[in-house]
Amino acid sequence: MTTLDEPLQVEGEQQPLSGLAMVPRGPQGQKPADYRSDQEVRWCPGCGDYIILNTVQAMLPALGLKKENLVFVSGIGCSSRFPYYLDTYGMHSIHGRAPAIATGLAVARPDLSVWVITGDGDALSIGGNHLIHALRRNVNITILLFNNRVYGLTKGQYSPTSNQGMVTKSSPLGAPDAPFNPVSLALGAEASFVARALDSDREGLAEVLSRAAEHRGAALVEIYQNCPIFNNGAFDVLKEPGSERRLIKLAAGSPLGLGEPDDQGRHSHLVVRDGGTLRVVARDEADPAQVLIHDPADPDPTTAFALSRLSAQDLSYVVTGVFRAVSRPAYDDDVRRQGEIAAEASPPDLEDLIFAGDVWSVPTHRGASA
Amino acid sequence: MNTERIDRVVVRFAGDSGDGMQLVGDRFTGQAAAFGNDLATFPNFPAEIRAPQGTVHGVSSFQVHFASSDILTPGDAPDVLVAMNPAALRANAADVSVGGVVIVDPDEFTKRNIAKAGYVSDPLSDGSLAHLTVHQVTMGALTLGAVSELGLGRKEALRCRNLFALGLLSWMYGRPTEVVEDYLRKKFAKKPLVAQANILAFRAGWNFGETTEMFAVSYEVPAAALPEGTYRHVSGNAALALGIIAAGWVSGMKVVLGTYPITPASDILHELAKHKNFPVLTIQAEDEISAVGAALGASFGGALGVTTTSGPGLALKSETIGLAVMAELPLLVVDVQRGGPSTGLPTKTEQADLLQAMFGRHGESPVAVVAPSTPADCFDAALEAVRIAVTYRTPVLLLSDGALANGAEPWRLPVIDQLPDIRPDFSTEPNAADGSGTHWPYVRDQETLARAWAIPGTPGLEHRIGGLEKAADTGAISYDPANHEFMVRLRQQKIAGIDVADLDVHDPSPATTRTLILGWGSTYGPIQDACRRLAARGVPVAHAHLRHLNPFPANLDDVLARYERVIVPEMNLGQLALLLRGRGATHLVSHTQVTGQPFKAGDLEAAFLAYMEGVAA
Ligand SMILES: Cc1ncc(C[n+]2csc(CCOP(=O)(O)OP(=O)(O)O)c2C)c(N)n1
Ligand code: SF4
Ligand SMILES: [Mg+2]
Repeated sequence: MTTLDEPLQVEGEQQPLSGLAMVPRGPQGQKPADYRSDQEVRWCPGCGDYIILNTVQAMLPALGLKKENLVFVSGIGCSSRFPYYLDTYGMHSIHGRAPAIATGLAVARPDLSVWVITGDGDALSIGGNHLIHALRRNVNITILLFNNRVYGLTKGQYSPTSNQGMVTKSSPLGAPDAPFNPVSLALGAEASFVARALDSDREGLAEVLSRAAEHRGAALVEIYQNCPIFNNGAFDVLKEPGSERRLIKLAAGSPLGLGEPDDQGRHSHLVVRDGGTLRVVARDEADPAQVLIHDPADPDPTTAFALSRLSAQDLSYVVTGVFRAVSRPAYDDDVRRQGEIAAEASPPDLEDLIFAGDVWSVPTHRGASA
Repeated sequence: MNTERIDRVVVRFAGDSGDGMQLVGDRFTGQAAAFGNDLATFPNFPAEIRAPQGTVHGVSSFQVHFASSDILTPGDAPDVLVAMNPAALRANAADVSVGGVVIVDPDEFTKRNIAKAGYVSDPLSDGSLAHLTVHQVTMGALTLGAVSELGLGRKEALRCRNLFALGLLSWMYGRPTEVVEDYLRKKFAKKPLVAQANILAFRAGWNFGETTEMFAVSYEVPAAALPEGTYRHVSGNAALALGIIAAGWVSGMKVVLGTYPITPASDILHELAKHKNFPVLTIQAEDEISAVGAALGASFGGALGVTTTSGPGLALKSETIGLAVMAELPLLVVDVQRGGPSTGLPTKTEQADLLQAMFGRHGESPVAVVAPSTPADCFDAALEAVRIAVTYRTPVLLLSDGALANGAEPWRLPVIDQLPDIRPDFSTEPNAADGSGTHWPYVRDQETLARAWAIPGTPGLEHRIGGLEKAADTGAISYDPANHEFMVRLRQQKIAGIDVADLDVHDPSPATTRTLILGWGSTYGPIQDACRRLAARGVPVAHAHLRHLNPFPANLDDVLARYERVIVPEMNLGQLALLLRGRGATHLVSHTQVTGQPFKAGDLEAAFLAYMEGVAA
């Protein structure tokens, strides 16, 4: 085991280092308004992006950071306008490339809290390659993927998370593509932190976002976001009465259940292991030994993956909360540490570097003998 | 035996790509450097790592030109060719100068090998080499004999054949031997037996020259009278990497290299990755788009973002370079050009990315373009490119090429305190003209037109930038037609106004010279060599070489106007000529070659003469 294999630890602390450990702490008593920029917000009325923006502005003060040390990097899409509305540093970049840009920024600047704002098209179509590699490398960035299951900005074409058969201007006979499940994709890409939240569930979203920010390494949060213009109501079944029978909210250490709770707060249905997969059964049919107790810290992603498969494209079941939160070395920490170790072993000196190796002086010439 | 004094010699080692020709070429170069000769090298390798053995496709070669006077190119034609097998002979014999020496191993010329190389008859006996002096040295057998005491397997023992060849050539040219033996001991420190075998083979080669009567003379190439200074022998890619580190050092900025491996640029990554004790971070990204993205992200954070690639990778980076143009952030983009289009000739050289560098982006998207002219000049060019990038907050394209990248020459080492100061001058105070106490990222320096650059972590200067059009000064998103017109012209003006050195002209007799040769990039050596040869023949021509391709030096038009005729040699179909014609130059002759090989000075000499005599004008 090399020194690089150990998660970064602050001396005396038992916990792995927070994702924000090197970001300077800001003044006490920050308010959401401190994070509002002077730009007029220009999403369509009713767009889910508004609620996400408000939630983010409401949760940032609690992180207690200097706001000049926050950077939001986005790609292109309606969602990617997000950084303009936050009074932090920000870059609205190009389509799909925000994770790449954020990687360079995070490597260069350990004192920044770096966020990526992206959409389902931005992250999973054009930027798919960067997303999986940022997750694989475990760069210390927090990625918010606004999934409205459509291309909003370009006026409504189907996206890589749209339902197969969805009729749009670009798919008048129905979209032929099979969709991605973003959480499954992230887990397959070795993500160390994966979560999902609903735009309308402010509390759940805020909770997941602050945990994602605190995670050292790449954190992916998929946010189901309503686009009232091009895919209105895509997630309505999760917001209507009866949604308890669909929504499975992850909580570490407790049995996973869903459905109207009874008077003792017990769910009507439970998630149980069934061979290699998971199944939802009525409480009285559940074998207590097989009831799934959620453990996001499980180093083996198999169960997290099974949970991600439980969430169906048709929303018959949707799992929200933190699927996986494991500690493994962050790429940018490792890259920097290699440099620190090398510099300790051999302090940099430009003159030494340039005058290294076989140098000779003119006029004194040497080596003329055989 | 006689020793003859000569001024210069060109030696080429050629063999299968597994025969260790690059290694011996490199060692021979090191010997010449240690001896104090001036030198230039030209490695030439196949695109395949191990093409079928014994075929012409698998031939790898390394040419070294060393001299007692100042030389400019790796040499047009080898005076000595060492060909380890028939394929190597077939691929190289035609290049050898008339009366030149060829050293071959006759044992390699079996029927099978001869056929494999594509010969119909045995070249050693069919008279096809009659114009050359052929020495048949059983290098394999002699090597086996020399190392037999070590009890190595035959295959392993034969692997030292290349060192036998090096030993023989070292004897022929009185080269220092201890530098080679030291190198072998170090390289094979963990395999002393292999080190020993190589040293024995090397000595056997030397002794063979000394004791046989095959060679009537040996030669002495005295040390060159180079300008005073401390020297080291350096390849273009290594010099470029060191230039990048030096630029980071003098700018006080951390270097962040985002890159994706590609021939012939990868060695810049390899070199930088060796020096992580400096503030140099390297990111081997998943593709070139990510690589340049990471570099730009680092620049946004106040680091020196660098990305290195070749033509195919530059194509992928275009969109991000456009973002850097809009965001007005420093970014160094190195394109080590190779033969194109598409995968083209990955290991060969070309200059056909000039127009891609200039215009290969959507929209009006001007960037500065800089080109080094020799391997050692890659160091200075890197510093110059970074100076422009940081001072003007702009991406800069640095166009190297395969010949510079792998070629090597003595490098007169710079005086560290005399390197330029290129500190970035980050903003720390609000600058909003409306008194709001905020930061307007697009407020400019009146002289350079560089925008104010505040980096994350600076309190009170929080702002957002991006690819959407910016309002002048405030940097807010703006769709205003007049603003766009203004900003497009401003970005153009900023690049056009970059302060670059005037173009120097080497003109042996300014009063009478009527022809100017104007080149750029790696053609410097062959052009200058051709001009010297013409001067020696009493036909003076002037030579000017462009380091700055965007903007051009301010005196360019004046220089062009001074001559009746301007010949523009390029390893493309006339890309610089096109740019010059776009400026109104009408007295140009575009002289082009796209063989994947550098120009030969002799060919240029003949071509220039022909143009001047009007034969080909
Ligand atoms: C290179 C490039 N290709 C295409 C586009 C056009 N484009 C802009 S946003 C977008 C899709 C955005 O969809 P999504 O990421 O889901 O974001 P949303 O608008 O839904 O929030 C496309 C195709 C572009 N800007 N750049
Ligand atoms: S098109 Fe949809 S996603 Fe875009 S702003 Fe309007 S509602 Fe929001
Ligand atoms: Mg979308």
